[in-house]
Amino acid sequence: MALNAKIPEGPLKDKWQNYLAKTRIVNPANRKKLDVIVVGGGLSGGGAAASLAELGYNVKVFFFQDSARRSHSVAAQGGVNAAKNYKNDGDNVYRMFYDTIKGGDFRSREANVYRMAEVSTNLIDQMVAQGVPFGREYGGYLSNRSFGGVLVSRTFYARGQTGQQLLLATYQAMMKQIKVGKLTQYNRHEILDLVIVDGKARGVIARDLITGKIERHSAHAVVFGTGGFGKIFYLSTLAMNSNGSANWRAHKKGAYFANPSWTQIHPTALPQSGEHQSKLTLMSESLRNDGRIWVPKNIDEKRAPGDIPDEDRDYYLERRYPAFGNLVPRDVASRAAKERMDAGYGIGPLKNAVYLDFKTAIERLGEDTIKERYGNLFTMYEKITAINAYKEPMKISPAAHFSMGGLWVDYELQTTIPGLFAVGEANFADHGANRLGANSLLQASVDGNFILPNTISNYLADDIRTGKIPTDTPEFDEAEKSVKDQVAKLLAIKGTMPVDQIHRRLGKIMFKEVAMSRNEKGMIWAIEEIKKLRKEFWENAAIPGNENGPNSELEKAGRLADYLEIAELMAVDALDRKESCGAHFREDYQTPEGEAMRDDENYMYSSAWEWQQGEDWKLHKEPLEFTEVKPTVRSYK
Amino acid sequence: MKLTLKIWRQENAKTKGKLVTYKLSDLSPDTSFLEMLDVLNEQLATKGEPVVEFDHDCREGICGQCSLVINGKAHGPEEHYTTCQTHLRSFNDGDTITIEPFRANSFPVIRDLKVDRSAMDRIIQAGGYISSFTGMAPEANSMPIHHDIAESAFDSAACIGCGACVATCKNSSAALFVSAKIGHLVKLPQGQVERNERVLWMVNAHDDEGFGSCTNIGACAMVCPQEVQLLDITRMNYEYNRAVCLSAD
Ligand SMILES: Cc1cc2nc3c(=O)[nH]c(=O)nc-3n(C[C@H](O)[C@H](O)[C@H](O)COP(=O)(O)OP(=O)(O)OC[C@H]3O[C@@H](n4cnc5c(N)ncnc54)[C@H](O)[C@@H]3O)c2cc1C
Ligand code: FES
Repeated sequence: MALNAKIPEGPLKDKWQNYLAKTRIVNPANRKKLDVIVVGGGLSGGGAAASLAELGYNVKVFFFQDSARRSHSVAAQGGVNAAKNYKNDGDNVYRMFYDTIKGGDFRSREANVYRMAEVSTNLIDQMVAQGVPFGREYGGYLSNRSFGGVLVSRTFYARGQTGQQLLLATYQAMMKQIKVGKLTQYNRHEILDLVIVDGKARGVIARDLITGKIERHSAHAVVFGTGGFGKIFYLSTLAMNSNGSANWRAHKKGAYFANPSWTQIHPTALPQSGEHQSKLTLMSESLRNDGRIWVPKNIDEKRAPGDIPDEDRDYYLERRYPAFGNLVPRDVASRAAKERMDAGYGIGPLKNAVYLDFKTAIERLGEDTIKERYGNLFTMYEKITAINAYKEPMKISPAAHFSMGGLWVDYELQTTIPGLFAVGEANFADHGANRLGANSLLQASVDGNFILPNTISNYLADDIRTGKIPTDTPEFDEAEKSVKDQVAKLLAIKGTMPVDQIHRRLGKIMFKEVAMSRNEKGMIWAIEEIKKLRKEFWENAAIPGNENGPNSELEKAGRLADYLEIAELMAVDALDRKESCGAHFREDYQTPEGEAMRDDENYMYSSAWEWQQGEDWKLHKEPLEFTEVKPTVRSYK
Repeated sequence: MKLTLKIWRQENAKTKGKLVTYKLSDLSPDTSFLEMLDVLNEQLATKGEPVVEFDHDCREGICGQCSLVINGKAHGPEEHYTTCQTHLRSFNDGDTITIEPFRANSFPVIRDLKVDRSAMDRIIQAGGYISSFTGMAPEANSMPIHHDIAESAFDSAACIGCGACVATCKNSSAALFVSAKIGHLVKLPQGQVERNERVLWMVNAHDDEGFGSCTNIGACAMVCPQEVQLLDITRMNYEYNRAVCLSAD
């Protein structure tokens, strides 16, 4: 199938308005005849569920946590971007668009990125109206901070809990729709397959995580807001149960997977302290507004950080990138940290960290100001490490964080399966090869609230006479059977290797070869290792218990089975792209100074992979055309 | 470190549960409490025995999904920590630790340490929102809000909805949870329009769900991971009485 991105006609700045003017909408009286399934209760899925219910559709929303308020959007700390230009510092929609395109190293779709910047301002209005207590100036107006990769202040924040506050507003909007009867929620439910009828997405198969029952649910359209799959690395900033399974199962039914290998490795997470570790807590990028990153200049430095004078410190980001300093984008900051650590300058017992130091900022602004800006992050840091970061620098390290890749979607956010839409981190659309900080809460929220509700109507307009989609059909029979078969197959393994241990090993392979720095040999090795591990999993995974009730090991095993396949596609994708761009850094394609070397002549496209039976993939290319910007070498020097 | 764990095992809400003893050794003080349970579960899985079911997700203290009573204290020994932020350095080598679920009539046990907290969702459904549909909002800066008011609203809004307040309260009251949402919304100008209905609906929903009444003991605020203040409860009572008087007019 040839890819059609369905980019509307007209100049970039008019495309979205042109689209809205011409797209088909469904008469309010007909909306109650239409059912929509939303998978995901985070900012993207939850926003879509609430907004579609407000419009009058019948919406069912599914998520695996016990409450939608716990979706992983809750963990976002630093902030959300919008081109409000409240700071009078020269910001506008075009500048935000340009920063995002450049931040993504010219590997995203112009029209989508422009639209995201365009609707960003509406989001702040909406969130304020719903009661988000954003940080404010003393005059009572909204305050902003800076994030990496930009020279203006356009980030809105609610202390270090911005994601939580946005999610609570979204969750509350959902709860209101539940009360008025337009929305039904299915908590503790996991979607294990997509049902396709006559080539269209018409339902899902879910497992009730309490009773273990396998359920059928039908709808006229299905929306995935299932989040990122960075947990594939085992150690990551994601929640323990974040997964890629719904997307992967849809992929195996025909949804193309785009740029799967583009994973953001965040420069400021807590370092791993031992084998038992299950999670790497993020320390928000916003800390780089006031914190300075350094390592000792002496390779065998023994002094405590406070005793090391300035002349013996290497503020390597300020040294290498004087224009952006500590606020370079994440991929650049992570690679620079890796470079120092590989050269032996890492700090801490495992030499796997660098310092993030607030001494200068505290001297300049006082401890109270720092506390107001980041208090909860400092508290969180102390709770985990027992270290007071007002007194000594934080120790930080790069960790897997965000999936730029995801299900391929067109301008309408529709996947290659008609009737299946993907929003938020689950799709691939807006961030190119590297996401800018605070753009993801934005993308997830605007996808769900402002974009999808206006594009899905163009699809649903054909269904006003369809009537309810029955679930007692061969397509549902077949999908349910394949889910039940897989559950039975997993429980029959009865091996001795705990699922988490296999996952940890997968994570190590991926972090070594398919993360910050990649080369051909390493990826070929990784693919072989992944295949071996997959075999071992199916022969020896220890999955106790049964399917008739809560069984967390069974849940984890199902997710890992998919990860063991996604991992291979990630390596295949990274191997295919013989250039460096954004987070995809190929050692074999770099400048003499160690910066990424793009190849616009041969790789100016998004890779969309089609699953082929027999466990192989076919590559489709969506060429990227830049009409408004000229791709340049991305420099932050 | 070596630890003896006494863990509550219960098949479901209808069956009786009991404490089962497990022993673990070779633990590092830097291991988190939930990672210790991971270690135990890996051992159980290797032996083909059903693992201990417990709730968790973010493991960084913000999602509110983790929920254990550790040695009789909701979220464990450290004040204002979540279970997932608790590390073994808070215990001594050789300790015996009792681990139970969050207990309350309104939180039925699902299995082992997992409980059903959907009653809290239903309280929010009753009125814990501002009815502003997508697309309705005016320009954000058209309504200045004093810095201190926004900060104070945030203090209440920070509640993670974990239910530790309920598990700690001898009356199993969710007053701190309900009052945090009421405090968040009533402090803000946007929350004024629905001020009266909100508090009446939410407080009534709280009682209908079978949560107990608040008798001002304050144990909830001692364990609250986000340090939500008792003042929120006082404010809720004021708002409730005010709304009752006004609606009687
Ligand atoms: C620690 C951290 C900090 C961050 N900080 C920032 C920041 O400061 N600014 C910023 O812009 N971005 C930040 N991000 C990124 C941003 O938070 C996420 O990209 C965004 O919130 C994703 O939202 P979402 O709705 O797409 O997915 P999520 O919020 O992850 O929601 C996914 C939903 O899908 C459900 N789900 C998934 N699979 C299934 C299934 N199979 N069956 C049923 N349900 C399923 C889950 O239950 C959940 O409800 C951060 C991310 C992390 C991890
Ligand atoms: S697991 Fe999220 S708060 Fe503990």
